[in-house]
Amino acid sequence: MEFVFTEEQQMIRETAESFLRDNSTSAAIRKAMATEQGYDADLWRSICNDLCFQSITIPEQHGGMGLGYVELVAVLEQMGRFLLCSPFFSTVCLASNALYVAGTEAQQAEYFAKIINGETGTLLLNNSGKLHADDVNVGYKKSGNDFVLNGSYRYVIDGHTANFFVAAANGENGVGLFVLPADSKGVTRKWLPTIDQTRKQAEVVFNNVTVSSAQCLKLDASSELQKILQLAMIATAAEQMGAAQQILDMTVAYTKERVQFNRPIASFQAVKHQAADMMLKAEVARSAVYYAACVADDTLRCGSLSAELPEAASVAKAWCSDAFFHNASTAMQLHGGVGFTWEYDVHLYFKRAKSSEIFLGNAAYHREHIAQILLDQP
Amino acid sequence: MKLSFSPEDEKFRADVAAWLAKNLTGEFAKLKFRGGPGDEHSFPEERKHWERKLAEGQWTCVGWPKEYGGRGCSIEQQVIFFEEYARAGAPGRVGHIGEGLAGPTIIAFGNEKQKQKYLPGIVKGTELWCQGYSEPSAGSDLANVKTKARFDSTKQKWLINGQKVWTSLAHESDYVFVVARTDPDSVAHKGLGFFLVKMHQPGVTVRPIEQITGTSEFNEVFFDNAECDTDAIVGEPGDGWKVAMGLLGFERGVSTLGQQMLFQNELDEIIRVAKQNGSAKDPVLRQRLADAHIGLKIMRYNSMRMLSGISSQGNDGSLQKEALIYKLYWATWHRSLGELAMDVLGAEAEICESAPYQLSRLQSMYLFVRSDTIYGGTNEIQKNIIAERGLGMPKEPKVVMK
Repeated sequence: MEFVFTEEQQMIRETAESFLRDNSTSAAIRKAMATEQGYDADLWRSICNDLCFQSITIPEQHGGMGLGYVELVAVLEQMGRFLLCSPFFSTVCLASNALYVAGTEAQQAEYFAKIINGETGTLLLNNSGKLHADDVNVGYKKSGNDFVLNGSYRYVIDGHTANFFVAAANGENGVGLFVLPADSKGVTRKWLPTIDQTRKQAEVVFNNVTVSSAQCLKLDASSELQKILQLAMIATAAEQMGAAQQILDMTVAYTKERVQFNRPIASFQAVKHQAADMMLKAEVARSAVYYAACVADDTLRCGSLSAELPEAASVAKAWCSDAFFHNASTAMQLHGGVGFTWEYDVHLYFKRAKSSEIFLGNAAYHREHIAQILLDQP
Repeated sequence: MKLSFSPEDEKFRADVAAWLAKNLTGEFAKLKFRGGPGDEHSFPEERKHWERKLAEGQWTCVGWPKEYGGRGCSIEQQVIFFEEYARAGAPGRVGHIGEGLAGPTIIAFGNEKQKQKYLPGIVKGTELWCQGYSEPSAGSDLANVKTKARFDSTKQKWLINGQKVWTSLAHESDYVFVVARTDPDSVAHKGLGFFLVKMHQPGVTVRPIEQITGTSEFNEVFFDNAECDTDAIVGEPGDGWKVAMGLLGFERGVSTLGQQMLFQNELDEIIRVAKQNGSAKDPVLRQRLADAHIGLKIMRYNSMRMLSGISSQGNDGSLQKEALIYKLYWATWHRSLGELAMDVLGAEAEICESAPYQLSRLQSMYLFVRSDTIYGGTNEIQKNIIAERGLGMPKEPKVVMK
């Protein structure tokens, strides 16, 4: 049993940390988040060309690094920590994962090459924000060898900027997954401004969008879709954990500096105890995420832990959603008045905490999922 | 990262399980799932026999070095041992203070003669130990001990005077280790000594404390000119605090997975009741049951991190962050589990098993877990430690009492 990073994993983590510390600064975040695109194209190119993080999980035969989910999570933790504004999550943790789990060899070859070249993708699920395959409300109809898709998607991460989509749609063979360029005929899309400006959302409407059978990843794909969502939950939890740690570090630094009653406020137990609670939340989040990452890693290698994926994903997402929000809201309280200003970064984390909590199911949703596993079998 | 154990360790696991299955039978069968926290008063004599049975199989002191009679097991094997021990429902160990605290302290700080004298009885399961730390005015403020040790030059012995409190198993023990003030003018952590004192002597009186459960696991221990041999002080007079703190470092979490197995048994019982009485359909209780399950799962992952950290970093004595939060986390989780048990039981929660005050396992657990967030460092002390050692926040300025 070695429940710690290997030297190589540690190196990847440190590379991500130092790069993002220098490049995802407060000024850089604020500049990117104020734009409709939501990210700096040069920074994205640099992540793709210099660091190749977008190809971590892409198999070597497709030109990727062929590493696993533990390595990916090590990078995501740092991206969450430094609130990176980038299409990384949508491209890697939604689109690339979908292709990995459900794509054909040919689709993988074509789209992994695009991702390695810096093209971006995302996943289109539904317009309700719910997570069950039955909630997919865009429909497909067969037309000869083609499929015709109609309906609308909401809450699509980076949907207004992505170069391609992996789209879920319901039809006679259950939920199907399709891959298509974003500029396909019949696609319209619109940016939806969000409270959390660091992660962009969009609405995407399909009006008689026609895709060929070669663009169909899989029909009857509800179990693959669940797996894709569970992998994304773990990725989100990793970002949340990194952010929960960062907002703690920022709070500790601030309370050591801030003097009231002739002493740093960090010396008051009323402050220290809240900081201790934050550390507990962050450390426990770390344990949950690392475990879930090992399970995800094993799942992608078709190992024996794959049966644990649904539970591990819900455990991690439930804990990390609550932990991040708890830490961000406590951070705002402990920063006092300045935490309420636009100038300080606390609100950026506070807003990401809520948006990431809602995304892919909040803690109550995941607890109910666990309850079903735990209580509803006779 | 790797989550599995090696084939040798899995073989070790099978050996432990097989031995327990074979031996936890006959006269010992009734001890299954007994004698744990909240139930330590049960079957003391039978559990002492069990301790000797374990020693026959060389299953005491598995983590001690071989030269002192231990098995020299790796961290992984120690974890496995405690996990299988709990899984089999083997009883709470009456020897755990000797094995887990007194022995390792003597190994680390004691002289050769002390090792020869005290360690074999612990390994053989024939000599039991208890811990003399807390006092009426030294709880969270442990350095405020008032118990005094004075060297009597005519008797050529140390004489101990004072009172200890919350001493579990005192009435069953042969020895107590006592932190006492060797320098009467000293304050706080200076001027203390660490003494190994015989319990069976005229100067030592044990009085049980009746707890909110109606049972008594804890005791008060009174020392009235209790005698202690010259060579029964560990380290020098004045070293007591260093030795006492070193001892706290020996609780490195190898028993945590075993403890979690007990927690899992309790949670399973609560889930069984919930399914039976319909609580499992209540949306609020569903959330809480799931939350308890999530909390326990992550507790295990946290232990795995903690233990991997120990074996990969070597023993530098400093606790990693995941170890610093461990007590606060499990104690708070367990206290909530008690409340959940009552809420799942509903109206039946109030009804005792029998007069005058016989509690069911879950009722007893509900009451006993209120002590979890108090003993061994209260939640508030834990948070101070986390903030100061884990986060580097400054200590509260000292206030001088006028």
